[in-house]
Amino acid sequence: MPSNVIMPQMGESIFEGTLTKWLKKVGEPVKRDEPLFEISTDKVDSEIPAPASGVLSEIRVNEGETVQINTVVGVISEEGTAASPAPAKAIIKEPSKPQAAQPVPEQPAEESEPEPEPLAAASRSVRSSPLVKRIAREEDVDLAHLEGTGLGGRITKKDILSHLSGRQSAEAPPPDSARPQGSSSDRSLAGSSEVVPMTAMRKSIAEHMLASRRISAHVTTVFEVDLTRIVNIKSQHAQEFLEREGGKLSYMPFFIKTVAGALKEFPVVNASISGTDIVYKKDVNIGVAVALDWGLIVPVVKNADEKSFLGIAKAASSLAERARQKKLAPEDVQGGTFTITNPGVFGSLFGSPIINQPQVAILCIGAITKRPVVINDAIAIRSMAYLTLTFDHRLIDGAVADHFMSSLKKKLEQWDEPLF
Amino acid sequence: MAAVTYLEAIRQGIWEEMERDSSVFVLGEDVGIYGGAFKLTEGMLERFGEDRVVDTPISESAIVGAAIGAALMGMRPIAEMQFADFISCAFDQITNFAAKCRYRWGAGVPMVIRGPSGGGIHGGPYHSQNPEMHYVHTPGLKVVAPSTVYDAKGLIKAAIRDEDPVVYFEHKFLYRRLKEELPDGDWTVPIGKADIKRAGSDVSVITYGAMVHLALEAAATLANDGIELEVVDLRTLLPLDKERILDSVKKTNKVILLHEDVRTGGMAGELAAIIAEEAFEYLDGPIMRITAPDTPVPYSPPLEEFFLPKTSDIIRVARQLAAY
Repeated sequence: MPSNVIMPQMGESIFEGTLTKWLKKVGEPVKRDEPLFEISTDKVDSEIPAPASGVLSEIRVNEGETVQINTVVGVISEEGTAASPAPAKAIIKEPSKPQAAQPVPEQPAEESEPEPEPLAAASRSVRSSPLVKRIAREEDVDLAHLEGTGLGGRITKKDILSHLSGRQSAEAPPPDSARPQGSSSDRSLAGSSEVVPMTAMRKSIAEHMLASRRISAHVTTVFEVDLTRIVNIKSQHAQEFLEREGGKLSYMPFFIKTVAGALKEFPVVNASISGTDIVYKKDVNIGVAVALDWGLIVPVVKNADEKSFLGIAKAASSLAERARQKKLAPEDVQGGTFTITNPGVFGSLFGSPIINQPQVAILCIGAITKRPVVINDAIAIRSMAYLTLTFDHRLIDGAVADHFMSSLKKKLEQWDEPLF
Repeated sequence: MAAVTYLEAIRQGIWEEMERDSSVFVLGEDVGIYGGAFKLTEGMLERFGEDRVVDTPISESAIVGAAIGAALMGMRPIAEMQFADFISCAFDQITNFAAKCRYRWGAGVPMVIRGPSGGGIHGGPYHSQNPEMHYVHTPGLKVVAPSTVYDAKGLIKAAIRDEDPVVYFEHKFLYRRLKEELPDGDWTVPIGKADIKRAGSDVSVITYGAMVHLALEAAATLANDGIELEVVDLRTLLPLDKERILDSVKKTNKVILLHEDVRTGGMAGELAAIIAEEAFEYLDGPIMRITAPDTPVPYSPPLEEFFLPKTSDIIRVARQLAAY
């Protein structure tokens, strides 16, 4: 029996995914659980395993297409059964129904004769104007859903603007301003330029960044921290760590461990805002921004406050590794309560990052460099770094943020946790 | 300060420039002893003498030719066409010579040709035309068409001071019908800048000359129905103020192009092309033209009334567009 291959749901609030790459061709044999295709949603990129063994007999969703979850993207036939290498016809004849997006009244069921009527009805031409079409494109509005009030039912500027303002009030963050918007001149085709549609990840990053800037009252405070002690500990134990754990010892677990401790002391930094309520998070789940060639993702080290140094180190390196291999599971990127970003590895001295909503603070680690430092009226060479905390001033006042940072600074400078 | 007419504003502008700069002089048919067919140059002969207020033979070609020669020799002539209709007699001098002097020899021709134009005065086919587009189609010229007392004075002064030939179309219908108090002092209206005569949100009416006033009347009526017209007065037809035109279209998304000139080859066609090319994705309705039909200007008063665009036309088309 042939098995349908569907677009899986990669997380609760995800309704669509982009099929980025087929790893098998039509006619090729596949084994159950073998990677079959790659997808990209607004939360994760992953490889999807084959649901059954057999032959990939049909591809219904091509690379680059975005479809709703549970859409049949392909079919696996049993080996030996008609693996006809002519799936193209099937694709044309059987357009996977547009996911019941439009409540187009079905034709009275005449099962004997499946007419291509519904398709024609679905793509009925919508009367609008160049302006309305442009707004629809920029705001991602399907004009088929709008009622036109213009001449002959034409969708007018007023219709689409009132639709958009309705959508705005229906959703908490107005997507209008949260959405990435090019100015009109960006769309100009003058000059030599290449226009490339954003990937799902890029769109998602753009939307989240803008939304966060609008939602939170961003304030940044900068601390200088003496990391000489940690630098020494790390270099002393690097070899031992490599031998025992088979991986490189990095600075990140030191920061996660100390941040987790500081968050326990300052619960308001490990919180979020819900309307006019403050939600204190019981778990300390620390997201770590991982730069990828194709964007950015923030996997989360869960319950960092309950883990040992080694546990944190293992969790963090496993997450980073899986992020680079597109093997993160949806739960790997969910539930973060605080985020650390580390542009110092690229040489940045300090940054003022954007808060990862709905969190209320984000720590940015600058480059660790040797600097002359005055200690007891003598000049010493110390490994220093700037740590910056961007916090949401709606919830966290400057003094609280600075107390948090002082505590973190102290923990880092006086590190005395065992590594193993 | 007393209110002055559109005609008086032009006269004041010329007078002030002649006082300010002795190279400025006027020439034309009956501009001297008679004071001009419309009395625009009245009193100038007495004040400035016959060297600077020159009565000419009835030959537009000679008037413009002499003006170009004087301009090339360092003078700033203001040549009056008694009626703009007769400017075509000097067409070759203007388009083939004055307009090309700077391009061919780097020689500016700082000359103003005044053309009393437009209908509504029962002047018939030879005394009512709007011949601006022949000159708008000629690179090297500047073409202005003021609609208000203020703009009339400011633009004639700017035209006189310009280093290149400016064709100045003044609307005869407005001569004594408009009155406005003008500010004191020496001021001009820059050539090449359109003006928003009324701001509105629903439909842009882009126009110039006497039609500006029809558009304003229509706007006042339509405001009662909740339709807000934006009236854009081009003021200068060459070079066009594309920025202000496109800004208005991008704001209202619907546009009426209005002129008294006949339809084919009129300014409206040029504007429509610019808007379609540069603001297509801002349009929420078709670009509409309101113009005179493609016929000579009729002499018969009822036919002339039929021929000229009317406030009621603007109201009708604006309502259609608003509902579109």
